[in-house]
Amino acid sequence: MTRFLAMRLLSLTLSLVAASVVIFAVIEVIPGDPAAYMLGLNADPDAVAALRDELGLNGSVLSRYLHWIGGALQGDFGQSYTYRVPVSELILQRTQVSGPLAIYALLLSVLIAFPVGIIAASRRGKPADYGIMAATQLGIAVPNFWFAMLLVLVFAVKLHWVSAGGFPGWDGGLFTGLKALTLPAIALALPQASILARVLRSSLLDTLHQDYIRTARAKGLSRRQTLMRHALRNGLIPVLTILGLQFSFLLAGAIIIENVFFLPGLGRLIFQAITQRDLIVVESVVMLLVFAVILVNFTVDIAYAIADPRLRRHR
Amino acid sequence: MKLPLQLWIGFGLFAFFVLAVLLSFFWTPFDVTVLDISEKLLPPSSRHLLGTDHFGRDMLSMLMVGARTSIAVAIIAVGIGVAAGVPLGLLAAANRGSLLDEIIMRGNDLVFAFPSLVIAILITAVFGPSAVNAILAIGIFNIPVFARVTRGAALSLWTLDYIMAARVAGKRALRISLEHILPNIANVLIVQGTIQFSLGILAEAGLSYVGLGAQPPTPSWGRMLADAQTMIYTTPRLAILPGLAIVLAVLGLNLMGDGLRDFLDPRLRRARQ
Repeated sequence: MTRFLAMRLLSLTLSLVAASVVIFAVIEVIPGDPAAYMLGLNADPDAVAALRDELGLNGSVLSRYLHWIGGALQGDFGQSYTYRVPVSELILQRTQVSGPLAIYALLLSVLIAFPVGIIAASRRGKPADYGIMAATQLGIAVPNFWFAMLLVLVFAVKLHWVSAGGFPGWDGGLFTGLKALTLPAIALALPQASILARVLRSSLLDTLHQDYIRTARAKGLSRRQTLMRHALRNGLIPVLTILGLQFSFLLAGAIIIENVFFLPGLGRLIFQAITQRDLIVVESVVMLLVFAVILVNFTVDIAYAIADPRLRRHR
Repeated sequence: MKLPLQLWIGFGLFAFFVLAVLLSFFWTPFDVTVLDISEKLLPPSSRHLLGTDHFGRDMLSMLMVGARTSIAVAIIAVGIGVAAGVPLGLLAAANRGSLLDEIIMRGNDLVFAFPSLVIAILITAVFGPSAVNAILAIGIFNIPVFARVTRGAALSLWTLDYIMAARVAGKRALRISLEHILPNIANVLIVQGTIQFSLGILAEAGLSYVGLGAQPPTPSWGRMLADAQTMIYTTPRLAILPGLAIVLAVLGLNLMGDGLRDFLDPRLRRARQ
């Protein structure tokens, strides 16, 4: 296990370094002079020179990269050019919306998918199974931001149960904050729950063919007991994989959904930064998102190895 | 062998959209490039079957022309994924366990850590928004998907006796990959292609919705949704129709993919009987 962990940690570090190099190259090397780019075509040469100085663009590419990554490791992402505040401050503030939204949606999708997937698997070939398979097929096809608009139409415009958007912040209490995130989280969770339920169903059906399930049945356990005690535990591995992959889709989805509900999260920050050509903000947020995806997948890998010792050897 | 029902439904839905796209090149009920404010926000009627939008453009015509963008972006993105991913996967499988295999697979992992939205954000931040960004972003995201699927399917073939026979006969890895491996994994690739196609339509809609994809005046389902958002209180129809088009197109492709997988995979077919 120690060897496995060491190898995984090494590959994690390499992935993080490689990802940061790619992002740095795209943002700071490809456009030529980022300072001139950020200030636009008719910029005063003196202003460009000043910004180049401020951004530390006068060193070599390597020294700039090391400076940037060194700062980022200490939580210093530089200054936002448009907001005139440290980028880390902006990110911290916006993550308080996007982070809870993604986690809320992940929890919802698990809470929906598990019972639904288990019911479908235990009623295989019966009407309940067909109904669930049809509903989840539809759930996968629905774009989450469109579903979000429909939710706004029904629950905010027609029923007036919730406001159509905006975020009051966490200062007003946990409940007020969660209430504002509920519709967005439902919209994000629906497609993910549909995928998860289908994966859980087929993974359960696979394990139900195994010999040990027959043994469990033979020693007198009911179908239900076998399913819950033996099949579910062993059918969890593929579900875990999908759950890890979903996190990156949830983050990306959260960024899009924030536009529907006018939530002041990372998505709003990054789209404003793109229109204002604030490359420093774009670079930092992209790095944060990519690092989050890599770290989640790393955690899932480790979780497998703990759940299934056989996987440690092959990787 | 009977074709699965879902394959028929899926194919029917997909064919419907393809026909609409083909038809849109020759004829649409109205010209979508002409704005007529006096005709704006008309409810559905015999003249405008699905009504008009806030610029007085016919919604049916907009949906038909918008389908072009969605389908074109998704097809080209799948093409990029196949053109780059399949050779990489074949190469990795033919050199299993080698340094090259390791480099290709780790490279895949790296690209995989960039969701297509993030790729689109990076490209747009540097080059500005355009429909080409959406194609590139979704296409790049597709590369590791196809590389992985190809490698996985090819690896299991490399262990088979007839491949061994071909090697003993002196065929090189490249020729074996092209003559024996590729035709035998075509099924898997077709199914994966259908899935990526439907994901591509969803991704394109999302990117255009947030302004990273097709730009005005090119109609696209995602942009129509973005335009409709502010009018959802007064004219919800404008937001409902493009969404329905996306759902039906994606649903059709997914059903087609599932049906093809069941139909093309003999093991699954047997397991079902």
